[in-house]
Amino acid sequence: MSSGTEKDEVKDIAEEHPANSENTTSSDSMSKDEAKKFYEEKGLDLSPDVPVKPKPIPEFEKSLADKISSKFGDKIHVDYIRSDRIRVTSKKENIVDVAKFIRDELRYDHAESVSGVDYPDANEIEVVYHLGSYTDEKLGRQILALATRVPREDIPNPGSDRTRMSSLRDVFYSVEFHERECFEMFGVYFEGHPDMRRLLLPEDWADIPPFRKDFKIKGR
Amino acid sequence: MTTQLPPGMHIETVDEKIMTLNVGPQHPGSGHMRLIIKVDGDYIVSCDPDPGYVHRGEEKMAEYRNYIQNIPHLERPVIHDSSNILYPYCLGVEELLGIEVPERAKYIRVIAAELNRCIYILYWLAIYGIFLGHSTMFMWPAGDRELFIDLLEAMSGARVTHAYLVPGGVRNDLPSNFEERCLRQVAYFEKRLKEYEAIFYQNPLLKARTEGSGILSRTDAIRLGTTGSVLRASGVDFDVRKKEPYDVYENLDFQTIVMKEGDSYARSRVPYLEMFESCRIIKDALKKMPKSGSVRTKLKPNPKGGNDEVYRRVESGRGAIGYYIVSNNRPEPYRVKISVGSFRNLICMPYLLKGEKLGNMPAVYWGLNYWPVEADR
Repeated sequence: MSSGTEKDEVKDIAEEHPANSENTTSSDSMSKDEAKKFYEEKGLDLSPDVPVKPKPIPEFEKSLADKISSKFGDKIHVDYIRSDRIRVTSKKENIVDVAKFIRDELRYDHAESVSGVDYPDANEIEVVYHLGSYTDEKLGRQILALATRVPREDIPNPGSDRTRMSSLRDVFYSVEFHERECFEMFGVYFEGHPDMRRLLLPEDWADIPPFRKDFKIKGR
Repeated sequence: MTTQLPPGMHIETVDEKIMTLNVGPQHPGSGHMRLIIKVDGDYIVSCDPDPGYVHRGEEKMAEYRNYIQNIPHLERPVIHDSSNILYPYCLGVEELLGIEVPERAKYIRVIAAELNRCIYILYWLAIYGIFLGHSTMFMWPAGDRELFIDLLEAMSGARVTHAYLVPGGVRNDLPSNFEERCLRQVAYFEKRLKEYEAIFYQNPLLKARTEGSGILSRTDAIRLGTTGSVLRASGVDFDVRKKEPYDVYENLDFQTIVMKEGDSYARSRVPYLEMFESCRIIKDALKKMPKSGSVRTKLKPNPKGGNDEVYRRVESGRGAIGYYIVSNNRPEPYRVKISVGSFRNLICMPYLLKGEKLGNMPAVYWGLNYWPVEADR
């Protein structure tokens, strides 16, 4: 095995980048040709960051997407992200109906995660449920992302402002702790959740919800 | 008398008969978390898990660092299973940036992940043993774990926090005598594992404490969205390595361990039996691995993801770990959400501990294969 030589070749390239070395201030200060020469010397590929490949929707994902869009029509939007991953975006008013349909007709039976994503520019917070299935063999590979957006207040007051939506706890029991985490970290109040308390944060936390974009880490 | 309480605080009414106990967050029996337990005599009436003592905001930190800088701190939640918690991150970033991984690197990653799974399970087994009062079961796994640590040290250079898996492959190639060393260790370990069976799993005291206690039915395991050994001990055949094989797992020969009982004994036994399967995977991967070739795809400096999102998951020692990464044309991810097995299994704790004897709490608690630091992230 050629361990010695391999190791030298795969040194972390980020260290050799001009932006990180002492002589140049940033990569923007290089002209395009200089940058091209620099990268070619290092044997680096200059193709765009993400290769644009047309992605045909596989049949199984398409049948799932068709089923759900035939039921709800314009109320929802179904995206195909990549194989085994489809994403359903719904208005927050319809989310419980959509979730019930996904559980009863498409046979997804549990939530893997509930993530909040803060979009301060759009003044919205997105809540994404990643749903999976243990009972249906065919769905073993699939993860369905059910997303909705709630309004966001500049000065949050978790629990009593407009940042709220219906809880999916009665549809998917497994979201109980995930929704509590989303509540404390993003200030999204879930109506109908039986136990909407903080989970990870200390009881006396008196700042804004920490995972919002306007909460900055010190020194960064 | 009305007093203004800070948000989150409340006044609790005290019952004469019911006593409230705070188990943790520094009690060795609970790890770094608090369980607020109400007991009536010797029986637990209710349990309210209160994690967060070691919350470090890994997800927030990831938004401030680029895709490569994120590698070492994202493994910190479970340093004794560091390859497996980095695995989905690497898979996700590769998908976002469109990176192809060399074939040899895929096999090395699988070997690192399986060695790390053994390290994790042995660590867990040691703690499980000592909290059930079986100190031999603390010494043996803790000693055997060292041999796996030595192997990973030879691979990566670090004993515990390897940061060995990187987007694009692995950090460095295997040392020249690795295959022989690894096979020798695995052969020894497979013999050794059988002794665990005799001294621990056939022990009547262990059986008396764990059999029939904390039963989680198949329906509840699915409904509560549990994962990993907890799910498989309740009779659900689900393993991400089988259901959604990543890298080269589909070429490798192993099977999923499923038990029907759903009690603490089954939950303690499933990870143990999985170590045999890990050994099989390691041997098979060493056989099928390309003997030479590149182990890491070069990345551009400061790679940027498009306006994209990705959700990737792998099977770790504690269940499925999923990474949800949102990118927005920047070198840093816009949002990283880590959905870990421990956090998903935490929801069972109030259900399983209710009606249990207080003395049986460690058996149920550690049987859930729960690691507080990972749950808090």
